[in-house]
Amino acid sequence: MQPLLKITGLKKSFGGVTATDDVNLEVEEGELHAIIGPNGAGKTTLIAQLCGALKPDGGAISFNGNDITSKPAHSRAGLGITRSYQITSLLMDMSVIDNVALAVQARSGHSFRFLKAARNISHLRDEAMIALGQVGLDKRADDNTRELSHGEHRQLEIAVALASNAKLMLLDEPMAGLGPEESKTMIEFLKSLKGKRTILLIEHDMDAVFALADRISVLVYGRIIATGAPDEIRFNDDVRHAYLGEE
Amino acid sequence: MGTLRKKGTLTIVVMAALAILPPILLWSGQAFYLDLATRLVILAIAAVSLNLILGYGGMASFGHAAFIGIGAYAVGIPVYHNTYGEFEIIASYSGLFQIALAVGISALFALITGMICLRTKGVYFIMITMAFAQMVFYLFVSLDIYGGDDGLVIDIRSELPLVNLDSPLQLYLLAYGSLVVAMLIVRTITRSQFGMVLQGAKGNNERVVTLGYNTYAYRLTAYVISGAMAGYAGALLGNFTTFISPEMMGWTRSGELMFMVILGGAATTIGPVLGSLVFIVIEEVFSSFTIYWHLPFGIMLIIIVLYVRGGLVGLITGGKKKRGK
Repeated sequence: MQPLLKITGLKKSFGGVTATDDVNLEVEEGELHAIIGPNGAGKTTLIAQLCGALKPDGGAISFNGNDITSKPAHSRAGLGITRSYQITSLLMDMSVIDNVALAVQARSGHSFRFLKAARNISHLRDEAMIALGQVGLDKRADDNTRELSHGEHRQLEIAVALASNAKLMLLDEPMAGLGPEESKTMIEFLKSLKGKRTILLIEHDMDAVFALADRISVLVYGRIIATGAPDEIRFNDDVRHAYLGEE
Repeated sequence: MGTLRKKGTLTIVVMAALAILPPILLWSGQAFYLDLATRLVILAIAAVSLNLILGYGGMASFGHAAFIGIGAYAVGIPVYHNTYGEFEIIASYSGLFQIALAVGISALFALITGMICLRTKGVYFIMITMAFAQMVFYLFVSLDIYGGDDGLVIDIRSELPLVNLDSPLQLYLLAYGSLVVAMLIVRTITRSQFGMVLQGAKGNNERVVTLGYNTYAYRLTAYVISGAMAGYAGALLGNFTTFISPEMMGWTRSGELMFMVILGGAATTIGPVLGSLVFIVIEEVFSSFTIYWHLPFGIMLIIIVLYVRGGLVGLITGGKKKRGK
């Protein structure tokens, strides 16, 4: 079976810094694949190239059998790739449910619909409420997004990703800045998505990664030095050396 | 929710006053005020159209007066040729033809320049929209046949079915009706699915692109709609002043339109109208004392921008104070 996402020989450098160095990676449909690596390893750069925000210098990305290397960001999203952001990136001036409804609305192709008030279109609102319910934000649906706590912003990021009903969710450090309790909730929640969604997860929180991932790839200085099941990674010498620390 | 209701009340009060007061003043022998109100309402249409892209779309166009100029010349040029001959294809006194021309050419101009301008952001967008407007400005300055710098007198107003634009009251009522329609159009668009994308892209473009929207196309569409509406306002302005010149599309005019939107309250239905109202009043009152009337106006604008979130609408309806970032 061909993988949902296949990255071959991906390269990206900024000036003299090589952020992505010949990365090869395959993500199977339905798996939760985690990418770990120290700060500055190029994890977010990789995500940015996958969703189309950054253009790679070389290599190819294929998604669902299509070569998407030169496709613009909005059409990749149309094909079924969504991302969440490490630094919260939401529509702060809109209400919580508006953020999610805009993601639902994106699924129906274009939005060159000028007449009917979007807030009165019940199926948009209903599906947005379902996604909000899944992350436990349904009670805050009508609040201004700006007024939410950091933890709630992270939950909302996930709700937006869920609502876009993407085949592949790129989650960039969903646990960033969360307290221990909130992290635990988030881990439980991501666990509940396993098998239902294909997820490429970037995460610093090792407990989370080892609890969640089917496979883990380790990125160091832009190179993938190992890919494997959590146990293989845990006992891989290169990884221990390069990343987990020399205890 | 209380703020929303107050905004609705404010909208109704202002629009009702604009509907009732000017005709009453006319009947009581104060024709001057009807004149003032007509100018106000026509400028308000242009401000409402600018609000669609500036307020709701976050596109700070510094060249919006170009559309007004195009609209005005789309009345003046056909009239000129119909009176003095030559260029028969566009020679006409027909108001419907002239308005179609004003709206069509403005939309086309918006489409072509928008395709280029919208590839830029922030200050660059401001500069490039201004540059295109100045291009049109100098084009008309150089067209000696239409008076160049000196401008062009519109000898005969647009001939329209049902309304006679030579009657100041009928011209006012047409302008007022047009303003109401313009406000309804912008209100409907901004609440639609299209409007949600437009407003989302204003706050966080990358996020909206990541959701799968080609925000460039949405912005361009809004830009064209806005330009076409401003062109229509220009056609009315030409009929009102019956004298048009390149001066009406200078960059200071574009700046004034921006003032009106921001002062009144960007991204609100009544804001641009309120802004135009205050602008006209200040212009009248202060310019009778001093030719330096722009100074108090500028100071007032700075205070509003710095301290009141949501402009005059925010001030009146008790919108929140501007948050520091």
